[in-house]
Amino acid sequence: MSAYEGERGTAMHEGGEAGQHAHPTADVYLRVAAVLVILTVLEVGVFYVPVFHPVLVPALLVLSAVKFTLVVMFYMHLKADSRFFTFLFGAPLLLAVGVMVALLFLFFGALTLRGAAGAG
Amino acid sequence: MSDAPPTGLKSWLTTTDHKRIGLLYFWTALGFFLVGGLEALVIRLQLAQPNGHMVSAETYNQLFTMHGTTMVFLALMPLAASFFNYIVPLQIGARDVAFPRLNAFSYWVFLLGGLFLNASWLVGPLFHAGMLNVAPDGGWFGYANLTERQFSPGPNIDFWVLGLQILGISSLAAGFNFIVTILNLRAPGMKMMRLPAFTWMTLVTQFIIITAFPVITVALVFLLFDRFFGTHFYLPQAGGTPLLWQHLFWLFGHPEVYILILPAMGIVSDVLPTFARKPLFGYTVVVYSGILIGFMGWGVWSHHMFAVGLGPIADSVFAATTMLIAVPTGVKIFNWVATLWGGDIHGTTALHFAVGFIAMFIIGGLSGVSHASPPADLQQTDTYYVVAHIHYVLFGGTVAGLFAGVYYWWPKMTGRLLSETLGKWHFWLQFVGMNLAFFPMHFIGLLGMPRRIYTYSPDLGVSDLNLVSTVGAFLIAVSILVFLYNLWRTRRHGQRASNDPWGGATLEWSIPSPPPVYNFSVIPTVTNRLPRWRTELHGPMQDPPAMPPAPIHVPGGSWWPMVAALGLPVMALAPLTHTPWVAFVGVALLLFGIYRWAFEPFEV
Amino acid sequence: MTHAAHAATAHHTSMGLDSRKLGLWAFIGSECLLFGSLISTYLVYKGRSVVGPYPHDILNIPFTSVSTFDLLMSSLMMVLALAAVQRGDMKWGKIWLFSTALLGLIFLGGQVIEFTEFVHKGLTISTNLFGCTFFVLTGTHGAHVAVGVLWLLTLWVRALQGKLGSANAMTVEITGLYWHFVDVVWIVIFTVVYLIQ
Repeated sequence: MSAYEGERGTAMHEGGEAGQHAHPTADVYLRVAAVLVILTVLEVGVFYVPVFHPVLVPALLVLSAVKFTLVVMFYMHLKADSRFFTFLFGAPLLLAVGVMVALLFLFFGALTLRGAAGAG
Repeated sequence: MSDAPPTGLKSWLTTTDHKRIGLLYFWTALGFFLVGGLEALVIRLQLAQPNGHMVSAETYNQLFTMHGTTMVFLALMPLAASFFNYIVPLQIGARDVAFPRLNAFSYWVFLLGGLFLNASWLVGPLFHAGMLNVAPDGGWFGYANLTERQFSPGPNIDFWVLGLQILGISSLAAGFNFIVTILNLRAPGMKMMRLPAFTWMTLVTQFIIITAFPVITVALVFLLFDRFFGTHFYLPQAGGTPLLWQHLFWLFGHPEVYILILPAMGIVSDVLPTFARKPLFGYTVVVYSGILIGFMGWGVWSHHMFAVGLGPIADSVFAATTMLIAVPTGVKIFNWVATLWGGDIHGTTALHFAVGFIAMFIIGGLSGVSHASPPADLQQTDTYYVVAHIHYVLFGGTVAGLFAGVYYWWPKMTGRLLSETLGKWHFWLQFVGMNLAFFPMHFIGLLGMPRRIYTYSPDLGVSDLNLVSTVGAFLIAVSILVFLYNLWRTRRHGQRASNDPWGGATLEWSIPSPPPVYNFSVIPTVTNRLPRWRTELHGPMQDPPAMPPAPIHVPGGSWWPMVAALGLPVMALAPLTHTPWVAFVGVALLLFGIYRWAFEPFEV
Repeated sequence: MTHAAHAATAHHTSMGLDSRKLGLWAFIGSECLLFGSLISTYLVYKGRSVVGPYPHDILNIPFTSVSTFDLLMSSLMMVLALAAVQRGDMKWGKIWLFSTALLGLIFLGGQVIEFTEFVHKGLTISTNLFGCTFFVLTGTHGAHVAVGVLWLLTLWVRALQGKLGSANAMTVEITGLYWHFVDVVWIVIFTVVYLIQ
């Protein structure tokens, strides 16, 4: 776009310029990495320690959600970057989760749902 | 800067100009539209009488499969893409799309994918079969496990799976490109809520494309693996279920319906105000209902599967969401009617098609709502009633909307106006033809004739209705011939178009027809939603000067998008011919194209 | 993808955002649905295999934990590479870019070892539904890692040639976005496939 961008000097910034400049420093990156490693150790720990088995699935889901969020927020800069990127990523992500939940319901809920309504 | 555009074959093969790519899309899609139409005519000839014997059952299967696949993926989507390419950059005041070479890549992938699919008609002898023997024959929604190797051993379904996979890449690449273009290349002052309705609907369509196509990609990969690598994704004997295919296909398939209709809705939303000389009634509501349709389109897919027996709760949920999605659609219809109300109506051909769109789409929408009720749907599933519905929506709706766009924008795209007299003939022949062809199908279906069966018995009592339907189909064919004659005649005898033959409100009418390579001699600054109209609040904008005040850099062409695109059909040949090494050639070609593309000096 | 003409277009677009970055985020959004469909399929077919081996017979948690750690560290290398390129420190930029690619390669090597071991233990892509869904899901992820490694090595070579500098920080950032996305997909797969058996 370089050839005519000069004419767009006045282009409006309705997207809210959150800045390419707000990237965290190496120090923050390292601290996030440390947390990620600790969380991974916890995940594997939860998996091996029998005490946690009753809450294994929710505990693991929470831990991995935290890891996911940390990478996306800090390494992919969504925390500081334009909110629009959060939308571009978040809306399809929610859609994907919705599809997953719906399919799980349709496949595994089928019997109970039929049962609940009497003869299916 | 060059005012005279380069000519010659090379300039077209290497073009990255959105206008040329738009024209390439148009002519290619028109070609496929005619092929799909011929397939439909053979189908109708076969069904004109009971116990027809024009084609065999096997050929008939290939005809309806290729008719559906061609019309959806090779005709309607790319015809809409032709307008995305040509018109959207003009409507937002840009000089090209965000990624011109990616745009060329999308086109070449589409062309090659379409040729790959249609080659199946001719290459039977290479697979030790006759001609017209190895075309896809599993229906346009390719239900597993019919499409598994066990029941479809030939290369027919391979062509379908691989062809659709290639075409998906084209749509996805174009999707990212147009999202970025519309969001990021708007002229100064062109706020989102000042975008023309067509551009808005294009944006929504691209969001649906980039989210829905990955799902069919996955579904097709599973089918491909089942057919080639012995997996069991859709095979009940190994614990899998064909139901998974249905879910994945319709998770894509229903949003696809909106991919097909939203661009036409956008065209109509631009055509009606121009010829009623009134702003679009409730612009904001039209935009938001389009967005709402885009989201809600994701929550209704199982209404294609009521006959499967998902249980009363699932059926009720999907019935409710399906009935709800009629609301934003209905809102749009009221907005269009209100736009016409009290307007200064100019009865051009484009307006005829736009109004025809509204009327036919209402009928298609109503029969659609009747499928939303599971008990009614059980009577209608797999009968001609569904065929009637889909054709009212996609032919009466999408095709009419696209023709409205053709008559409206043709002068902008070629510099000459299509004949209005021939246009009216085209419209009325097509309108009468389509109602003759598709209205009887409602009755044919309710009387019990199943779709996709190559013939029927005279005892069914649908012989006369079928004959009427066939007559209607040929009337449509005549109308298309009138249209083709109109296109051909206009090349030399069409009236030359001024910048703005219609008095349009949007930016594309502020520049010459056809536009110069650089589109806008000066990028306009937009101050309102109807920049070229005088309203109570503002006067019309000043059109850009005929000569650019300063030289404008126009990017050169590139061979590499085409080279990269060639890699995909070559890769597809590997499974098709069971020669693994060909895949490496394809990957090498793709990578070579991409690397040359990435590192060539190309200033956008 | 790296030539200078693209540098810093960010301030002249309607949204004030770099077009390539916008496109890449849209691509990542699209990829959510791709992996969403694959993971959904894995989940709905969980426990439906009619013959073994089953996940708990065969999944090697210690081994995969190391792979997971490896990919996490590659993400760290990636952000360090970006920070270095942004401040114009191409010496460390090159080192971190290469380390990222190397850790990606190690991950791929681990996947090759894992797949080979599974095949030896009797799990192929056509053995049962677990084999189908496991190999297609992790294989698709592996293919994404491979593309990322190729991309990173390309940048590294450009940097060695002196054609990648702080003016191309956006290119590195975009590569990083892709790389981190591939990493977060693995975070989900590690939990859903390996730990929740």
